[in-house]
Amino acid sequence: MSGHKESILREPLITGNDITYAKITNDILMPVENKPNRAWWIGFILALCGATLWLVSVGYTFWFGIGAWGLNKTVGWAWDITGFVWWVGIGHAGTLISAVLLLFRQNWRNSINRSAEAMTIFAVICAATYVVSHMGRPWLAYWVLPLPNQFGSLWVNFNSPLVWDMFAISTYFSVSLLFWYTGLLPDIATIRDRAIGTRRRIYSILSFGWSGNVKTWQRFEAVCIILAGISTPLVLSVHTIVSMDFATSVIPGWHTTIFPPYFVAGAIFSGFAMVLTLLLVARKVLGLENYITMFHIESMNKIIILTGSIVGVAYITEFFIAWYSGSEYEQYAFINRSTGPYWWAYWMMMTCNVISPQLLWFKKIRTSIAATWILSIVVNIGMWFERFVIIVTSLHRDYIPSSWAMFYPTWVDVGVFVGSIGVFFTLFLLFLRVLPSIAIAEVKLLLKSASEQSKMEQIKEGHLDKEHVKEYVESLEKFDSVKQEEYAKI
Amino acid sequence: MSNIKYILGSFGDPDEMMHGIDQLQANNIKVHDVYTPMPIHGIEAKLGIKRSRLDILAFFCGVTGTISAFALIYLTSVVDWKHNIGGKPALALPDFIPIMFEVTVLFCAFSLVGAYYASTHLFPGRAPRVMDLRATDDRFIIAVDAKENTDHNKIDGLLKDAGALEIKHNERKYISYE
Repeated sequence: MSGHKESILREPLITGNDITYAKITNDILMPVENKPNRAWWIGFILALCGATLWLVSVGYTFWFGIGAWGLNKTVGWAWDITGFVWWVGIGHAGTLISAVLLLFRQNWRNSINRSAEAMTIFAVICAATYVVSHMGRPWLAYWVLPLPNQFGSLWVNFNSPLVWDMFAISTYFSVSLLFWYTGLLPDIATIRDRAIGTRRRIYSILSFGWSGNVKTWQRFEAVCIILAGISTPLVLSVHTIVSMDFATSVIPGWHTTIFPPYFVAGAIFSGFAMVLTLLLVARKVLGLENYITMFHIESMNKIIILTGSIVGVAYITEFFIAWYSGSEYEQYAFINRSTGPYWWAYWMMMTCNVISPQLLWFKKIRTSIAATWILSIVVNIGMWFERFVIIVTSLHRDYIPSSWAMFYPTWVDVGVFVGSIGVFFTLFLLFLRVLPSIAIAEVKLLLKSASEQSKMEQIKEGHLDKEHVKEYVESLEKFDSVKQEEYAKI
Repeated sequence: MSNIKYILGSFGDPDEMMHGIDQLQANNIKVHDVYTPMPIHGIEAKLGIKRSRLDILAFFCGVTGTISAFALIYLTSVVDWKHNIGGKPALALPDFIPIMFEVTVLFCAFSLVGAYYASTHLFPGRAPRVMDLRATDDRFIIAVDAKENTDHNKIDGLLKDAGALEIKHNERKYISYE
């Protein structure tokens, strides 16, 4: 029920003292209904340069073939699959926030799920472009589909994890898109009913004729909960299958059963870091501090400590098992990883993923916006190195020492990677301009129960335990969007 | 008789709107529909909306997906063209599980959302049937059919007492057809 009041022992999910339903709509639609500011244009132009670099690099790859990359006959997979796994991993936070946190009834997801889901979709687009461009002959990409053909109907190999991956990634992308778009319908209708002229016509088509009557809302919630229920195992399965691309092979360093849980934890870890990287900037530039509060930032940081520690335990376990297995190839793969020619990549990964996130145990750091932002970027660098270490260091010294080699990226490798970041940011910045970056309807649900002002009313009514009030007011100190003077009076 | 088709009570607060529905129903006035900017829990029971059966459909479509994926893999790699992979059996069931799972989710999600769009008449280009433009922004709208319930003054009074900020007498059912 909307009249239900949440305990003041919980921190508020919406801050500010003058929030009304109309103000929520106005605040969130501000970037959509007005011309973009200078910060947006600077970001967009930079991103567009990146996207152009991506077009040039991928075009060059298509024209001249995979030989344009730094691959050699020993290291046959390098930055391409590193980039692919990195992007798929980043995508996982969106589904985790929208599906898993919905199942657990974590209301703080309501104001971050929309942009996180958008991020998922754009990250999976970036990942998919890697898959297509590393095929060598991308015009034959349809060969991964089980289509009847003229080779005596030679079907795809259903025992191959690469075919599983094709099914997993395409299911993940299309189901995420459905989930995201269905959630967007009520908010698109809000834009439609406030717009005029051509804008109204466009948003009218996009809104699918949403009216917000009782039956539509009731079915909407049923659909969301079922989609969340099936997306939860889906998101776990996707990175499990991505890890099987490596784990089912017999390459030392890849052939380990710990990969699925370790990859899934790593994916959530990097995904939340990317959500923080994006939202810390977006909340400032778009003025959404009242909706994406310090509580949200701290909660995401806590998830980063948890998943970062799981990843750390996985790294150490892998090392231990390599020794414990008694397999000399496995042992060499790991000794070579940490002390061989790629030692710097290994220790970069260890520092960025295992050591630096531990700083978030300190409340001061966890609730500092600048520190969180820097750490989120450090985590993303670390997670890129993790994939690089797994892929390149396991391959570069194979069974015959005469074929040992190093991997040196060409400008095309760098261009495809840097360019994919440009593509991602281009799409994300366009999204911020044309669609609401926060789920308006879901945030409105929180106004009467979990907002700062509703809790303030409860305090003013004066039937609360003094200790609880004190604890609550203390918890507000870390919020950058709360006016402390209001509480000094009480 | 007047040309008024619908009487709309526009509320600024969901709890007052719920109270308004109770008031109307206590006086035997049928509520046509309610339009809100966010889902309101407990309202479907008041308006007699039945439990959704979309979950049942989703389940059976999911099972169809599992069976279809198995049939595809079985017919292609076991019946039509066996791969000899180290002499291992062609019917390698554990290898089939990932794809069977993915296709289950795919069928389930698409049929669920498809059925939802079909049953609530949502599709691209459908003319929005909106009675009050603020129903997607900050107002909670109760619509009462004015032809069936002729005592308009009583309806107005009940809505006002419940806390309606505004009462509209619409001569057209939907104001959004321009």
